[in-house]
This record gives sequence, structure tokens and C-alpha cells, in this order.
Amino acid sequence: MKLTLHIWRQKSAKEKGAMATYQVDHISPDMSFLEMLDTLNEQLILNSEEPVAFDHDCREGICGACALTVNGVPHGPEAQTTICQLHMRKFNDGDALYVEPWRARAFPVVKDLVVDRSAFDRIMAAGGFVSAHTGGVPDANAILIGKDAADKAMDYAACIGCGACVAACKNSSAMLFVGAKISQYAHLPQGQPERKRRALAMVAKMDEEGFGACTNLYECEAVCPKGISVAGIALMNRDFLRAKLTYVETKTGGA
Amino acid sequence: MASIVSYLKSSILSKVVMAATGVVLVAFLSGHMLGNTQMYLGQDKMNHYAETLQSLGVALWLIRGFIFLSVVLHIVTSINLKIINMRARPVAYVQKNWVKATIFSRTMLWTGVMIGLFVTYHIMHFTLGTTNPGSFHLTDAAGRHDVYTVVLLGYQNVAISAVYIAAMILLGFHLAHAISSAFQTLGVNHPKYTGIIETGSALVSLVIVCGFISVPLGVLLGFIKPVAVLAAGGM
Ligand code: FES
Repeated sequence: MKLTLHIWRQKSAKEKGAMATYQVDHISPDMSFLEMLDTLNEQLILNSEEPVAFDHDCREGICGACALTVNGVPHGPEAQTTICQLHMRKFNDGDALYVEPWRARAFPVVKDLVVDRSAFDRIMAAGGFVSAHTGGVPDANAILIGKDAADKAMDYAACIGCGACVAACKNSSAMLFVGAKISQYAHLPQGQPERKRRALAMVAKMDEEGFGACTNLYECEAVCPKGISVAGIALMNRDFLRAKLTYVETKTGGA
Repeated sequence: MASIVSYLKSSILSKVVMAATGVVLVAFLSGHMLGNTQMYLGQDKMNHYAETLQSLGVALWLIRGFIFLSVVLHIVTSINLKIINMRARPVAYVQKNWVKATIFSRTMLWTGVMIGLFVTYHIMHFTLGTTNPGSFHLTDAAGRHDVYTVVLLGYQNVAISAVYIAAMILLGFHLAHAISSAFQTLGVNHPKYTGIIETGSALVSLVIVCGFISVPLGVLLGFIKPVAVLAAGGM
């Protein structure tokens, strides 16, 4: 296959970026999209040009590192597939592809297609955890959890934190991500002790990081490589409102 | 004051204000639309209805105040959200494609602005009579404000009717996303009910829009006739 690639090149966070056009030949339809970019980079290195920087790690769709939009769709045209798992046979010989980074103020570009997603880590640090026993290993099944509750929690826990939801959103909103994290704990007994505090803290952090506000386009759900449902956003809204109305912070420890 | 508007800093609280004021406005639109369809019942019924509304006195002003407050909150909050959302994406995509987002959901702000402009004109036309002073202060045989004829004269003008119909189509665009969206924002999303909510919301939007459009169309097509024609026993 032969392709024309329009790729966002940006030297650093400080500098302005622009699209650059490259031709790549000898693309095998069995390559993944990232292997195709590897091929381009080999070509660039041979020509003594700067290779295109892009994020990747597992290349098997489970780590959430890979992140780029192809023709304006995060992770490209295949539903519920990360870009590392997307094969070139999904494209046609002679295609012109636009490859861009996630675009959000909260995800500043580090270089080319690499963005800094540590805003997600800070949201998690604000409330994406449960309190756990220290000491002896607890019995695995000491707390009974119904199969449907466990399944729902798993569906939300499938989020790999790639940020495609933010990238797809008209408003660069992180509500699918935060909704997924809040919902994953909300469905489990272990998530109950911090439930209200978590909703308030994670949402406040999300706002503070400069993500936009959801306008219910559901574009996030459509591009999510893990198919996370926007029902998680509704649950987050419910939990947040309930906490806003009823949560009282205790200043000192109980006595 | 600072604490009243501090909700604007929270994305979810702002969304909830959009949804809650939206619910008030949809309720108002439904009532307004049903009232309008009384045009089909003739001059007496329509003018009686208008007179009843006017006779509410203080209650009418309370209701108007409540609706006005909802409109103001809806507009102020939407502008604030738009600013937050534009700031959230300083660099636009060179190429952007939509997988699922509808034209309705992507144009909410613009349909909203157009509806706002239309409502201003509409109030000048049928509430204040600023645009039509010559034909606004008519009275019927019973000495009541002849709302029936005022509306009829307005809609007999094809250009005015066209504006009303176009505005109602834009309202339909707005509602097509707004109603089901309000449920989601208020946290109502359940696999058992989401389908019904979506279909129901689309249906309610359609009924409201068709109800409104039916009046100017009824006048233009001659289903709603001038009083003189009715009195002469004409068709
Ligand atoms: S590289 Fe790990 S999910 Fe794509």
C-alpha cells in the first residue's frame, strides 16, 4: 500500500505546531497503524530527518498509552479498537490520512503526537481509590458481590485511561473518564465509604484541570476503545449532586 | 451574589441549571402550544382564553417572572459553559469527523441564539404590539382584546408566517437534543428506560413544533378564517 500522511509536527510544548506531509510506500495491510508509523520513522531517520514522536507501550490494546486521531477520529475508524490494534487493511491504497494528537488544553502537546495526560493521574489521586486493610491478607471472598454488580463495575473498570473521550469531545470534556472511574467504585461495596467525597473531589479536580463540560453528544462513547457507556456520566452526575446536597466534611476524627 | 453565581464554576452544577431551566421552558412551551391551538376553536374561545390569562393578574406576573428567570439563567449559564468549553480546546483539529454526534446536538448554541432573537421579535409582535401598532389594539364584539384577529392578521402576512415557521423548525432542532439530554444531565439513564426517554423526547419535540407551526399554516391555508368571513357564513 501507498499512503499520503498529513502529520502534526510540533517540536515542543512551547513551539507552534503545523501539519507536514509525507509519502510512505511498501505498507503491508497486515501492519498495525503504529508499525506503519515505525516504517515512516525509519524512512525519516534514513533521510536524517527527525522521526515522528508518538506514544505507545503494550501495542495490544490494554495499556492506554497509544493516542492519536486519524482523519479526526480518536483511535481511527474501527469501533472499540485502540490505534495500536488497528490494521492497515482497514484503509485503502492511496488514502490520504490526517494524523493529529489529542487536542485539549488539559493535555498539552509534549512533542508531535505525544500529549501529557498527567491531568488524568491528578484526577485519580484526588479520589480514585478505596481504603484498604493493612496487615494480614483478607479472604478473597469475605465480601459478597452480586454477579451483575461485579460485571457493571468491570465494564467501567475496563477504561484504560487513554483520553480518547476527551479528544473526541467537542468540549474536551473528561466526563466519560471520570464517570467511568466513579461508576467502577460506586457499583462495589468497597467503593461506598468514600463515595460522596470521591464524587466531589474528582469532579472538582476535573474542572480545575481545565477540561470542558459535557453537552451530551456521546461522541466519547462512540470512540471509546473499551465501549464505556455514557450511563457512567449520568451516575457521576447523580453521585455528585447527592454529595453536594448531603455531604458534610468531618473536621476531626471520630471519637 | 457571589455565592449565588458560584455554581457557574462547577461544570456539573452548570449543566444541572441548564437542564432544570430547560424543563421549565419545555413545560411553558407545551402550555403555550396548547393555548395557541385554540385558534382552531374560533374567535370567541380564543379571546376568552386570552382574557382568562390576563385576568390572573399577580399570578400571571409571577409565572412570567419565573419563566423570565429561567430564560435568563438558561442563557447566562450557556454562555459561561461555552466560554469554558472553548477554552478547553485552544488548538482546533485540522480535520474533525463525527461518529455519533447529531447535527442537533452540535448546533445547540446557534439554534439557541436564533430562538432568542425570534422570541424578542415575537414579544414585540404579539405581547407588546410594537411591530404592529395599527392592528394590535383591536376589540371584539364583547369588548375583549381581539387576540384572534391580531394573530390572524399577523399570519396572513406570508413573510411573518415564514419567520415563525422557520423559527419553530430551529426550536425543533434545539428540542430534539435538549429533552433527552436533560434526563441524562439530571442522572436519569437506565437501560430499561433510556429507549423510552429517547423516543418520548423526540415525540414531545415533534408535537410541540407541529402544534406551533399548525397555526400560521392554518391561517395561510384558510383553515383559520377572518371573523368577517365567518360572520358572512363564507367558507
Ligand atoms: S499501546 Fe497499549 S493500548 Fe495501544
